[in-house]
Amino acid sequence: MSGFIDWLLEPLQHHYNQRALVAALLIGFTNGYASAFVVLRRAALKVGSLSHALLPGIAVAILITGLSDWSAFIGGLIAALIVGLGSLAVSRGSRIDQDSALAILYTAAFSGGIVILRRLGVTNELSEWLFGNIMNMGNNDLWIAFIIATIALTTLTALQRPLVMMMFEPNVAASLGVPVRALNYVLMGLLILVLISSLQAVGCILALGLLVTPAAIMFLFTNSTSKLFWGGGIIGAVLSMSAIFIGWWLDLEQGPTIVLLLGIAFAIGFLISPRYGLFKR
Amino acid sequence: MSHEIHDECDHCGHHHELVVDGLVVDYRKTRAVENVSLATSCGNCVAFVGPNGAGKSTLLKSIAGLLRPTVGNILWRGTKVGKWSREIAYLPQREQIDWSFPITVRGVVEMGRYPQTGWWKSFNKNDDEVVEQAIDEMQLRDLADRQISELSGGQQQRAFIARALAQEAHVLLLDEPFTGLDRPAQEGLVTVLERLSTEGRLVIASHHELATVPDIFDEVLIMATHQVAYGNVSEVFTWENISAAYGDGLRRSPDLEAAFARAQENSQEVGV
Repeated sequence: MSGFIDWLLEPLQHHYNQRALVAALLIGFTNGYASAFVVLRRAALKVGSLSHALLPGIAVAILITGLSDWSAFIGGLIAALIVGLGSLAVSRGSRIDQDSALAILYTAAFSGGIVILRRLGVTNELSEWLFGNIMNMGNNDLWIAFIIATIALTTLTALQRPLVMMMFEPNVAASLGVPVRALNYVLMGLLILVLISSLQAVGCILALGLLVTPAAIMFLFTNSTSKLFWGGGIIGAVLSMSAIFIGWWLDLEQGPTIVLLLGIAFAIGFLISPRYGLFKR
Repeated sequence: MSHEIHDECDHCGHHHELVVDGLVVDYRKTRAVENVSLATSCGNCVAFVGPNGAGKSTLLKSIAGLLRPTVGNILWRGTKVGKWSREIAYLPQREQIDWSFPITVRGVVEMGRYPQTGWWKSFNKNDDEVVEQAIDEMQLRDLADRQISELSGGQQQRAFIARALAQEAHVLLLDEPFTGLDRPAQEGLVTVLERLSTEGRLVIASHHELATVPDIFDEVLIMATHQVAYGNVSEVFTWENISAAYGDGLRRSPDLEAAFARAQENSQEVGV
């Protein structure tokens, strides 16, 4: 019996597993909580575009300043802002709608990122930025995750009432005095920050899964917005931390395992949800 | 503060005026509303009619403070409508609303208290009372904790009106409130709108079913981007004005003919 428990707890013996667990808790909860806004906003595609836009920013940052966590963070942030605001400018200034503009800008930027990273000869890092490596969380990565979690969770909780009103019906919200345009920018900015926080853990492509799936699972079961937020956070944290253990025991790569677990949980939810699932009554 | 304002307006002979003066609104670089002027006051039920794309929705949004006029002014109780006003409630078209959004009827009504409570402040006793009263007035008591997706069209419309009541609004701007409602729901809504206006509120709705205009509204603005006519239904709701707005495509149907006749009858009643 004690042998089994030793086996269960064995992952905790390792320094990098402990770090990975802390990261999974911070990132999983923050992403899960924020995913409620993505699901309610129906903004998954938009967020997906922005997550891809992080890559060229990282590439350019490496090109200019060399590889460091902070420069990658700043670079990703700037690139996502350029693509996000650029798509807005294109849609306001022409007949091209914002989703098309986003698709054009982010694919172009993403290609630019790949070209630069290949040219720099950092192909190993390329796959790490694309798919992450949660077993390699440095101090700076943990700090970034912690700071972003604090900023995002406090802001999203404090602004919850006007944000929910805006997402429900922007015109009604504006007619009641909600500063819709400013809140829109705040929300998009926070979502970009949250994406960046999970970059080192799951990479810029899988980050999207973490920022959509948890609340989508809750949405199959609940009709309360606050359950969507907190439930999404808990699902994100629990599944991310489980993935660290499972990955260790079964020798699977932990980052993708997080997103895989979320996918499996969603599939189960989709099958068994009594009201909004496949076999609903 | 809110109560004092409403007492004045109610039955006390005070009539708060809404004046639209030479309004021009551009929307996405095209002219949506051209030179519209009207003056009405609390207690009235006003229809905006005109063909699709005539600028009815744009005009409603401008009065709600959601769109900025290019030229001209909108005055509510003598002051310019700047951004938004607690006294003016805007109800969008039903199809614009995401009915699968996870929110209950009470949740929708509670939104009306946002101008009072702001971002954080929790509801006080008065807020709760106003919300419950609005729910009762719109006969939504049994449905208060239901998801909005579970309501019928007429109930959904009433939930949004209850939100406007919780807001303690004087002016209700409704975009195509009758669209998609079945006959009983339409009749129910007519009763509600009549009550709101006789209680001293100003009800303004865009409306596309011409034949029912005389049965619901006191005043009508007929527009096709520019203003064709504005005034009492009995005076301006005529074939000349309607066909000027709608062009040659409109058929002079028996229904419509009967509506014009009813509009005339009403004027005689008023005259006596």
